[in-house]
Amino acid sequence: MLQDILITGLINSGVYALLAIGFSLIFGVARIVNIAHTAFYMLAAYCFYALLVTAKLDVLVAGILAIVAITALSLLCYKIIIEPVREHQAAVLIATIALATIFQELMQVGFGGHYLGIPSTIGGAFTIGGMSIPWQRVLIIVVAAAMLAATWWLLYRTRLGLAIRATANDREAATLMGMNADRVAMASVAISVALAAVAGVVVAPVFVVDPRMWLAPLVTMLAIVVLGGLGSLKGSLIGALTIGYVEAITVFAVPAGAYLKGAIALSIMIVVLLVRPEGLYGVAFEEER
Amino acid sequence: MLRTLLSVMAVLSALATTAHAQSSIKIAILGPMAFVQGENHWAGAEMARDEINRAGGINMGGRRLTVELVKVDTNELQSVPDATNAIERAITRDRADFLMGGFRSEAVLAMQEVAMDNKKIFLGAGASLTKLGANVEANYDRYKYWFRISPTKDTDLIRTVFTILGSVAAQIRTDLKKEVPKVAILAEKAAWTEGLVPAVQKTLPAMKLEIAGLWQPSDRATDVTAELSAIERSGADIVFTLLSGPVGIVVGRQMGERNMKAVAFGINVEAQKDEFWSATAGKGQFVSTLDTFAEVELTPKMTPFVRAFKERFKKSPAYNAATYDGIYILKEAIEKTGTMNADQLVPFLEKMDFVGAAFYTTFDKRHDLVWAPGKTAGIAVQWQDGKKVPFWPPQIKGMQPFRMPR
Repeated sequence: MLQDILITGLINSGVYALLAIGFSLIFGVARIVNIAHTAFYMLAAYCFYALLVTAKLDVLVAGILAIVAITALSLLCYKIIIEPVREHQAAVLIATIALATIFQELMQVGFGGHYLGIPSTIGGAFTIGGMSIPWQRVLIIVVAAAMLAATWWLLYRTRLGLAIRATANDREAATLMGMNADRVAMASVAISVALAAVAGVVVAPVFVVDPRMWLAPLVTMLAIVVLGGLGSLKGSLIGALTIGYVEAITVFAVPAGAYLKGAIALSIMIVVLLVRPEGLYGVAFEEER
Repeated sequence: MLRTLLSVMAVLSALATTAHAQSSIKIAILGPMAFVQGENHWAGAEMARDEINRAGGINMGGRRLTVELVKVDTNELQSVPDATNAIERAITRDRADFLMGGFRSEAVLAMQEVAMDNKKIFLGAGASLTKLGANVEANYDRYKYWFRISPTKDTDLIRTVFTILGSVAAQIRTDLKKEVPKVAILAEKAAWTEGLVPAVQKTLPAMKLEIAGLWQPSDRATDVTAELSAIERSGADIVFTLLSGPVGIVVGRQMGERNMKAVAFGINVEAQKDEFWSATAGKGQFVSTLDTFAEVELTPKMTPFVRAFKERFKKSPAYNAATYDGIYILKEAIEKTGTMNADQLVPFLEKMDFVGAAFYTTFDKRHDLVWAPGKTAGIAVQWQDGKKVPFWPPQIKGMQPFRMPR
């Protein structure tokens, strides 16, 4: 059972980390609570479906095109909808909720309410410790790890990353030092949504694509970022691992209560918040700033 | 002058309404039209409408009336208030004479109230909740206008499932030479499974089946790896499913990906749809479920209906397409009674013995279908190499063998 929990928890955590780190990044830099974040993940899955299954493009081409298209769309949405109200957090919150609902309705009109499936991009499975693991799931872990490493490299080893961190630290000071805060915010939006789009593309062949697929991960993602400390990338990663493993342990330890995995994860978040209201890494993040 | 003009317009409008009501029978088809259930409600009704109108319409006391359908999108999968608004609109604005359809039990319960307030005959073609029929028994005068034409009520559905499970278990006993097969119960956590799970746990041992465990994912779970790993380890021969949400696709797909030796049987609403095979990316092999329509001779009308449906819509009908039978039931009732008056039609419908495309329809005191295998209990199908293959009831012409994954 231990190996089951280890593998399942790792897969859960990988997807959650991709979503939560992007969400945290955009909040840390631009103070945007982007409720539409997982809606972009849903759009990427649909886009991938349309390009791969309907247009019959090559897997890699379809995946890259889907990620690029959704990232471009997010920039457009940012310029038209979010930027004009960016200084008003409540307005941003409402605008992104509206945006996510619009995306959901549009997908429903375009593709119907049907549940869609995407063929595995890598077939087959292998057995380890008596547990059968499809290669497609290994791909999710590998892609998640690669994307997280790439994000870390971008943030800590490039000038853009430096600008992003500087803006997250102190927007006014960064502006006075000659950084264009608006452009940095746009870059953060692009990176953040690209991570969500990557998650959408890699999980689409494993999950079911439907217009409401953005809702469940939204709640989990919010729990992770609050648990880890809103705006803290390290906290998001730790939060994703915590929630991912708590869910896996719940299912294996209480089979008849598998549906409770979300509630248990959220309860842990509440307990952590009662002890540390800033989240696990809230202080560290403040120190970074 | 203005008053005179308004009076003339009011009279003309009333005349137009009367003339309209006299030339056609308006039937509102209620369903979530963006979803497969609503699509089937509408498709079945369209087929019946076109056939009846081509043959000269409905003969009501010597007057020929055409069937006019009103497509009413209830959006009930996403919003119960949307459903009640939709049925109100169908009654007050569209002035529907009859109501038919519905899918989600909570929404149909709410719509039933609106229909009964307006004393409109409402033929349910989707929700299985027992309470809908129990209402008729509890308060006949108010709820007598409700009839359930598809499917049977939830407790009868489970009777059917147990009957089929018995036949699957018998095959496992023979094939695997295992006297007491192991059954893993995989039931989504939802209102409709609340009463069923204890019933399953109580009944299986009596059927000489060992319970390997109970797993209850959410109906919208996107990953059941953990559940399936545990089920594999339990050594289960059958995965008994009670699934209505998209988790049914995930279960089918992930069982295929893991090459599980256990076979899935039970209720899996998603597996009833033609889209199941592509939704599972071709991994849903051997998943089996209760269903309603196939090219078999359960009733003399089933095969011709299924073939015509496939020809026209390029896919198989789901159980919501029983609106086809619903319209023919109304036709027969109106023609035999010579009226559209609901209070006069109800006694006729209660005594009706109707052979439809889906079932041999007779109603009990709750206005539910009288349960009988081979008549109203439906059929069971198994996905085999991309096709839904019917295998139960075995005595019906057109049934094929049930296959095990190993």
